[in-house]
Amino acid sequence: MAILVDENSCIICQGITGKNGLFHTIKCVDYGAKVVAGVTPGKGGKWVENIPVFDSVSQVVKEMKVDASMIFVPAPFAADAIIEAAGSGIKVIVCITEGIPVLDMIKVKRFLKDHPAILIGPNCPGVISPGRCKVGIMPGHIHKKGAIGVVSRSGTLTYEAVYQLTELGLGQSTCLGIGGDPIHGVSFIDILDMFEKDPETKGMIIIGEIGGTDEEKAADFIKNHVTKPIVAFVAGKTAPPGKRMGHAGAIISGGSGTAAQKIEMFKSFGIKIADNPAVIGETMKKVLESSLN
Amino acid sequence: MNIHEFQAKELLKKANISVPSGWVVESVDEAKQVAKEFKNFPVVLKAQIHAGGRGKGGGVKLAKSVDEVEQLSLQMIGMKLVTNQTGPSGKIVRKLLVEEGLDIERELYVAVTVDRAKEKIVLMASTEGGVEIEEVVKSTPEKIFSLEVDEAYGLYDFEAKDLSLKLELTGKLLSQGIKTFKGIYRAFVENDCSLVEVNPLIVTKGGKVLALDAKMTFEDNGLFRHPGLASLIDEHEEDPKELLAQKKGVNYVSVDGNIGCLVNGAGLAMATMDIIKHYGASPANFLDVGGGANKDQIKEGFGITLQDECVKGVLVNIFGGILRCDELAKGIVEAAKEMSLSVPLVVRLEGTNAKEGRSILKASGLAITSANNMADAAQKIVSAIK
Repeated sequence: MAILVDENSCIICQGITGKNGLFHTIKCVDYGAKVVAGVTPGKGGKWVENIPVFDSVSQVVKEMKVDASMIFVPAPFAADAIIEAAGSGIKVIVCITEGIPVLDMIKVKRFLKDHPAILIGPNCPGVISPGRCKVGIMPGHIHKKGAIGVVSRSGTLTYEAVYQLTELGLGQSTCLGIGGDPIHGVSFIDILDMFEKDPETKGMIIIGEIGGTDEEKAADFIKNHVTKPIVAFVAGKTAPPGKRMGHAGAIISGGSGTAAQKIEMFKSFGIKIADNPAVIGETMKKVLESSLN
Repeated sequence: MNIHEFQAKELLKKANISVPSGWVVESVDEAKQVAKEFKNFPVVLKAQIHAGGRGKGGGVKLAKSVDEVEQLSLQMIGMKLVTNQTGPSGKIVRKLLVEEGLDIERELYVAVTVDRAKEKIVLMASTEGGVEIEEVVKSTPEKIFSLEVDEAYGLYDFEAKDLSLKLELTGKLLSQGIKTFKGIYRAFVENDCSLVEVNPLIVTKGGKVLALDAKMTFEDNGLFRHPGLASLIDEHEEDPKELLAQKKGVNYVSVDGNIGCLVNGAGLAMATMDIIKHYGASPANFLDVGGGANKDQIKEGFGITLQDECVKGVLVNIFGGILRCDELAKGIVEAAKEMSLSVPLVVRLEGTNAKEGRSILKASGLAITSANNMADAAQKIVSAIK
């Protein structure tokens, strides 16, 4: 099972002929992802790495089955690329691009209301179901097939958590980043719900950070709907207010969105918190063990 | 990106919003020249700094004559203005806005921003202007009117009308209210703002609606669409290290501690700061050289971190994913040699080819302490600076 993508998923890459698009497409193919086509306007009819390139997404979906799109289109055009994918009926859209203007994302979200699709990102590492399929920029080899679902707002911090899990012998069902932007696609709640329903996932890790209220909403959802063992970590305890900490969405504004508030919320619902980033894997292991007793 | 009040007012003017007539000056002579242009006194002198609370801090003064303008501008230009938003170190006043004085009948509030939970542009207005809006939210939330805007169409005329009526802008004030709300929304969207705030929006005794103060913040991701706006930056208002980092394309935020951090990825960078605190010391900065760090970015990162004189030690935390740790280790060694590092350096390399990376660090002969994991790294740098 796993969620979102697996070995049977047919994937396209929008922006396949760009430097990053091509580099990571090759890495995904090497990992076992079925990349069936690429899209770059003006390059239709060409082939790269034995993958056919089209001018538009609608041309691709006329000719073949497409389950997911991975977007590397530059920020000025990325919102339109998401809308193009959703408008062509693609159900899972993974947008890696960083730097999309907020006002563009508001329009994307409005379009998605009438054209339902699962958007992951933007400004995210993508999604991987270890041993089966990788749609994103994460290093495949640090992952191990298994039963822990990992969802995060960050990239390298997710790799850190995954690496700790793998070192402890705990494999992962699916790992993904939902993105560091203030307005983004899937929320923690959407993913936790999928993990809860996925029979293969036996435990979950949620990695949040300062800014917004996604973690608070997730905590509330966990309290009411999650039965599987779960561990939370929130980055940014030491972040000063009013400063954008790398991610556009990671900002404490008007005293709200602090790590302390989020951690307190998780704790008040009895959700186990990893005290520091070095013990995320270890904490998961302990929670799993105690759930078996 | 933040801009000054006078710059925000220029942009609002372009969006058809009335603002008081005024001029910006940078010297006492200029202030005196400008003062002679006014027919009526008093005029208002407003210190231009990127922070609110200026009135209480002594950054807004009334002048009843040209002479008073001269005296007050002499006091104000170059003064260190401390407000509840500047922090204790305050900000140096380099520019004054000299504006006509107006007879104020009522003070209102209006702002446009993005509500990230609703994923919508929202317009907020209140009859309680001229005070901190956070206070109004707390004490009399019923006096705040909020409106979600249709992003496809924009602000409808009738919505601007309804909002005007709620603020009791009736009769001949109604059309001015509609014009003002439509204009503020337009200024927000057309400049890719994250905030436009007019506090107060005033009604004069003569029946005019004007933006008496204005704050405008541009969303960084939208700046590429507005090349003209970049020139509005006032570099004096920015942290010099943050400014340099921005030019070099790395994310840097300076904080109060003494352990410099150099990390790839924003989440991991925040987590690295947290773990330093966890082991009893304080980070000097947030520094994200990018998720897929390369040799050059690491060098730039070192340059910026070491500019901070408070830094007593540096912790490098790199999770090598696609890029191999052996390559990154070579970059660190090169950078450390070039910078002739004089403070303790702890490096934690994890991920692809981490072992090879660590042996390169060891073989370099430099005083680099290698760490096995994040906890180990944090403990080592904390004890190294003690």
